[in-house]
Amino acid sequence: MARYFTEEHEWIDLEGDTATVGITDYAQEQLGDIVFVELPEIGMVIDKGKDAAVVESVKAASDVYAPISGEVMEANPALEDDPALVNTAPEEDGWFFKMTVSDKSQLEGLMDAKAYKSFCNEL
Amino acid sequence: MNAPNQSGWKPGTPVEGHTAMNGPDTATGNRALMLEEPLIFEIAGNDTTGVDLPEPQGGKNRLGGLERSAPIGLPGLSEPETVRHYTRLSRQNYAIDLGLFPLGSCTMKHNPRLNEKIARMPGFADVHPLQPVDTVRGALEVANELAHWLIELTGMHGVAMSPKAGAHGELCGILCIRAALEARGDAREVILVPESAHGTNPATAAFAGYRVEDIPANGDGRVDLEALKARLGPDVAGVMITNPNTCGLFERDMKAISDAVHAAGGFVYCDGANFNAIVGKVRPGDLGVDAMHINLHKTFSTPHGGGGPGSGPVVLSEALSPYGPLPFTARTEDGVVHLVEEENADEFAHTKAFGRMTAFHGQTGMFTRALAYILSHGADGLKQVAEDAVLNANYLLRSLDDVLDAPFAHSGPCMHEALFSDKGFADDISTLDLAKALIDEGYHPMTMYFPLVVHGAMLVEPTETESKAALDQFILALRHVAERAKAGDEGMKSAPYYAPRRRLDETLAARKPLLAWADQSAPPGKPSLSEQGGR
Repeated sequence: MARYFTEEHEWIDLEGDTATVGITDYAQEQLGDIVFVELPEIGMVIDKGKDAAVVESVKAASDVYAPISGEVMEANPALEDDPALVNTAPEEDGWFFKMTVSDKSQLEGLMDAKAYKSFCNEL
Repeated sequence: MNAPNQSGWKPGTPVEGHTAMNGPDTATGNRALMLEEPLIFEIAGNDTTGVDLPEPQGGKNRLGGLERSAPIGLPGLSEPETVRHYTRLSRQNYAIDLGLFPLGSCTMKHNPRLNEKIARMPGFADVHPLQPVDTVRGALEVANELAHWLIELTGMHGVAMSPKAGAHGELCGILCIRAALEARGDAREVILVPESAHGTNPATAAFAGYRVEDIPANGDGRVDLEALKARLGPDVAGVMITNPNTCGLFERDMKAISDAVHAAGGFVYCDGANFNAIVGKVRPGDLGVDAMHINLHKTFSTPHGGGGPGSGPVVLSEALSPYGPLPFTARTEDGVVHLVEEENADEFAHTKAFGRMTAFHGQTGMFTRALAYILSHGADGLKQVAEDAVLNANYLLRSLDDVLDAPFAHSGPCMHEALFSDKGFADDISTLDLAKALIDEGYHPMTMYFPLVVHGAMLVEPTETESKAALDQFILALRHVAERAKAGDEGMKSAPYYAPRRRLDETLAARKPLLAWADQSAPPGKPSLSEQGGR
């Protein structure tokens, strides 16, 4: 399984033709306490770079963009009752949604963990 | 800098080794005139009543068995109990009549009492929107006169007076743009919104059915003109630009932006919430703006922030005016001011209105106050309003930029508000901690975490109605808490200490809001509204 990172602070786990998407530890740290997560509907087809979810903290509401194009297969039901999972386990149990990958070449150019870490250090 | 409070007395002045704030407990929980106030249902439940009405005698019951038999669930307070409850609560509040209110982007300035006096005249205060037109000529005259001055001050062609607040005005303007595009058979899909715009702008565009796309800011905190030009095309209905913007800066490229948008067939919406910084100095019409709302409650000092309703008239260019909503006022050659509605729109050649924003004519009480403000200030006075608003904000910015990071200090003078970031704070001290510590200093905090382009943003708008002495005292307070934040004063994490309530759990309040009172002693069963929580 390979994990990719975007400059918009999302992570993508690729397993076969399915990608799991969430926001990074850095992102949740910046947002502060998350109070609400609006997830995409299952079956929704989203294009890379378009709005896929909304995450709301005590500070701000932010859009989460689709890092790649595909169809939403599953949304994390645990976030509905416990949005704080995004704060406590952003890169594990706090995942947002799973989607199909319509074009794997879109993953090219995304960062790996090491590159993302140095990207964050420069911010 | 003037030393404030020269007598040296403070509510917390130490007495014999302890302070007034940690003196002995009182039996009531009150601290002298700081009163603990229960919830209204805790004062009197719905098993009591504040009024005794006699049982109805005789007469025929015509409700056919539908009369209410269950209690209505309101607390039973007498009039003096009710008055005291709300007066006590109001004493725990902060208001512009108590002190400087630095909430950025909100223009919390003094509301001249002259406005109130005029608005309370019975001919203005006691009119009803369904009165025959002939009985409200004075109120219509005021609406028409105000419309004239709003057009004059903005250099525009027409004005829709009915929107009830800023965001309502935005929607009105965007619906005018939509109507104009549809009239030429050119439905477009996208509204461009720069990062430096008000948060309501993208919400408005989305609500009106448009897709919203961001335009980045440049290093100065202004719209990136080249990025905007690159995105323009046949699918772009328009742009929404806040000018002066939320970084407190004037968009110097406004005319170039308008020209580029017009050349691409789009329209320019300007968020005029910050018009107080440029009123009397700049006419948005000269900058190519097609629609702009004016917050009467900001620029023209009608009460807001819980003190009164907003009002957001929208000035329109010649291209958009034909699509403005009904109703509006118009003066005919005989000098009479008419109310133009659906029945008589033909007579006034206004046949393309997109519809209505409201059932009636707008916030008449706010019209009266705004017109009183405009006429009492005059052209020279309004110009000075803008000059003093900008002067005060710059005084504040330059008095604090040695202790607080001012990310756009290099971009030239600010307009009506000063923007700071949390850069330089100790690692575990946040903007929120500073804001809470400022409450202990006796101030309402500034706007926090907005705009998003700045980390840990603090947006401070002093307004033109503060004296130099008032600014100096606020600067003293803000400088003190900023120094504590830089030094990593852990005590700030527990602030406020002296407010009626200490640090509230904002996260829990947002996650599990209790939105309605529920009788805690009620038998278990169906969950009450408050227990259901959620949105």
